[in-house]
Amino acid sequence: MSASIQATTDLSTPKPLTVDGRPLKKSLARALRRDKLRAFLLIFPLLAFIVLSFVMPIGDMLFRSVENSIVEKTLPGTVKALSRWDSTIGDIPDEAVFTALADDLMLAQEIKRHTRLGSRLNYDQPGISSLFRKTGRRLKKFENTAAQDALVQINAAWDSPAAWISLQEIPSFDTHFPATAQSLQNWSGWVASEEGEEVDATTLQPHGFTYASLLQDLKTLDASTWETLEADASGLFTGVNDQLQNIPEENFTSQFADIDDGWLDLDNWRAMKRLSPRYIDSYFLASIDSERTESGVERKSENERIYATLFVRTILISLVITMSCILLGYPVAFLLANLPVRASNLVLILVLLPFWTSLLVRTSAWKVLLQQQGVINDLLVWIGLIDNAGRLVMINNMTGTIIAMTHILLPFMILPLFSVMKTISPTYMRAAKSMGASDSLAFWRIYFPNTIPGIGAGSILVFILSIGYYITPALVGGTKGVFISNRIAYHISSSLNWGLAAALGSILLVLVLALYWTYDRIVGIDKVNLG
Amino acid sequence: MKFTAGLTGLFALTAIANVATAADELPACEDCADELTIVSWGGAYSNSQNEAYHKPYTELTGVSVINDESSAEAVAKLRAMEEAGNVTWDVVDVVASDAIRLCDEGLAMEINHDEQLAAAPDGTPASEDFGDLLVSDCFIPQIVYSTTFGYRTDVEAWADNTPTDVCAVFDTETFPGKRALEKRPINNMEWALICDDVAKGDVYDVLSTDEGVQQALDKLATIKDEVIWWSAGAETPQLLADSEVVMGSTYNGRLFAVIEEQDQPVAMLWDAQVFDLDGWIIPAGLSDERKARALHYMKFATDTQRLADQAKYISYGPARLSSAPLVGQHADLGIDMAPHMPTDPKNAENTFLYNYEWWADNRDDLDGKFQAWLAQ
Repeated sequence: MSASIQATTDLSTPKPLTVDGRPLKKSLARALRRDKLRAFLLIFPLLAFIVLSFVMPIGDMLFRSVENSIVEKTLPGTVKALSRWDSTIGDIPDEAVFTALADDLMLAQEIKRHTRLGSRLNYDQPGISSLFRKTGRRLKKFENTAAQDALVQINAAWDSPAAWISLQEIPSFDTHFPATAQSLQNWSGWVASEEGEEVDATTLQPHGFTYASLLQDLKTLDASTWETLEADASGLFTGVNDQLQNIPEENFTSQFADIDDGWLDLDNWRAMKRLSPRYIDSYFLASIDSERTESGVERKSENERIYATLFVRTILISLVITMSCILLGYPVAFLLANLPVRASNLVLILVLLPFWTSLLVRTSAWKVLLQQQGVINDLLVWIGLIDNAGRLVMINNMTGTIIAMTHILLPFMILPLFSVMKTISPTYMRAAKSMGASDSLAFWRIYFPNTIPGIGAGSILVFILSIGYYITPALVGGTKGVFISNRIAYHISSSLNWGLAAALGSILLVLVLALYWTYDRIVGIDKVNLG
Repeated sequence: MKFTAGLTGLFALTAIANVATAADELPACEDCADELTIVSWGGAYSNSQNEAYHKPYTELTGVSVINDESSAEAVAKLRAMEEAGNVTWDVVDVVASDAIRLCDEGLAMEINHDEQLAAAPDGTPASEDFGDLLVSDCFIPQIVYSTTFGYRTDVEAWADNTPTDVCAVFDTETFPGKRALEKRPINNMEWALICDDVAKGDVYDVLSTDEGVQQALDKLATIKDEVIWWSAGAETPQLLADSEVVMGSTYNGRLFAVIEEQDQPVAMLWDAQVFDLDGWIIPAGLSDERKARALHYMKFATDTQRLADQAKYISYGPARLSSAPLVGQHADLGIDMAPHMPTDPKNAENTFLYNYEWWADNRDDLDGKFQAWLAQ
């Protein structure tokens, strides 16, 4: 009851109006909307810039970790034919698959895509690369007219483009003649590439490979389909079924085998079938040292495992670097914050100076200092701390990475710490001491907790930067001090296995986000102060 | 890879009496771009190209050459450029294995060597002049280089022993001290097997088996603690000069610089050195004007005289058979360059032939195993 009264009173109250007679609420919303729009327009350039130059390229790159359309695009017919092949039985695929492969490869080698596919498959199956390269070179010499000759002999009508036009007009053409349909498509692509322009391929008679594909399709037809086909007005199929057994197969299988017996290797075919889907998990499996075999996902053999070790090592070394940055940077920042301005500016410049020096110069300088015939070892030998035979190994190992990277990343710790410490009023410490706290108690109970936001900010900066570093570890890390990012760089620029690089990168990104989340949970991200 | 025939051919120093410079014959380039972006390795190598090719070409045609030192990442960058649909390079200097990959990926243009390149002064067509060094349809060979070992000549601990063959690298008793090896399986695996009693001709057959790979890694494991692994060609010369290592592998041109130009107590080992090629490719998909310019430059820069000229500045062997007799003296030092060429008959007595095809197939697989082994 009271609710309805409330409602009536609300309705009866006249809405507040603005001077121009509009309801205040609407007017206000309009003004706000305009403000919001203006604000949005102001940040729009930056937003667009970030989306275009940052989010999209990174997204595109990460997407490559699952994308695998190259197999289907290059060998469309073969992929379809392979889907009917059972890879577990232990026989290599039948002639239908080899026919489709010959047909697909004719187009692929014409447009030079077969070698690209070969390099892709070679990541998972060593040896396939040269198999495709070799085959592409010799494909043009393939015998391919057996089916064509036989069909023409049965019915001379097959010897003209018209036959192919009427064949494609059969209502069930696509369902009953998938290989032929694919082959015709490849054929027109081939013609277009050969002629250098778009040509109406239907006016041309296709090559022998298409007849061979047709023969493969005809073999799969059942009796009732044959009846409809033979009843067809064009009369193309009259008598074909009766003689189907007599039409010789081209035997592409043995022609492929003649080029390289790799085509008879079951493992190669299994790899091709496994990698034929458009989206695959093989890159991610490889990034955790696993692979998909016929019996499911398995760990790789011991001597091929590397990425898990590198991930763990990257995180551990990065943590050590972060810790040493805190230990070394804290006193410096404290000094900076408490010196008189003139002196502190000088120290600040000393902190920033290496920051402005080229990364390579700094890294090379560490080489000169740390190597066994280097400055530090020479000095230690000279003052007699170590003898000449026992020179310390401080570079080309994990120590080298930690030392050089701590030095390089130190400013990222000192600067946020400094800016936080500067805001801590000296009266806090004085107050604590006046109430009887010892120096160390006052420091640990009053000063230190106040600097935690700076430590947090510095740690996040240093940790995230170091986890993705690769130049310094590559130069001074030897074998035990290299990071996962070195492998990512290798796959991007040397092996060109961008899919694997993307998968490794995605995992690294997720790891960083997870650590960030944990940090937020434990310390709280609102406690971070960049100054 | 039938590499031997071509190299033996190179050593046959047939004197060519009348050498016409291609400059006289170079026809003007019609409808060509007037700028050329050339990608190379930088350092002394780019300098040698600059002196031998770029400067004379600019003088002749007025075309301005833009240098880019990105050869180390050329394959990745070209792939990215192609995907972005904006190839900004006109001519790219790459090693042969990269040229094969670029050709495989459809990123490099196929070359008709006889039609598009200059014939030798005596009329021999380019394809014969380059011989078996044409390892890919897209590749225009430029130089032959070797990856070989340099060693310090003043190591006290070696007594009076001097390394005479490549297996000294694995002999830490006679030749104690650190070694520098490249941080990748290529070459190291072959040397390990050769020094583990595998005949040179069988190396790749053995490496094709899992046991063979293990055998090579086991052999490398005997010196693993003594090795500093390098990834840039300049590292070994520096390590040798600083006495950080007593021997190490690197390119013969780098060693030449340490020994002859910087006068360090270092010597070069010419045994089981691995022959490799470096040369040009032209990216696929250039506009007609740029392509015409690139081909015009190519015809000039890879003719007999130009290739021989480059050897004045760096100790890499010209890839043309007909250039060998024309190799003269070092531009600054004035020493004869022929004895420093990896193609010199005396240096090439005991070379090892690198199998491009095999490495193209097995590189990714073996690199994974090698890096896993390194990380252990």
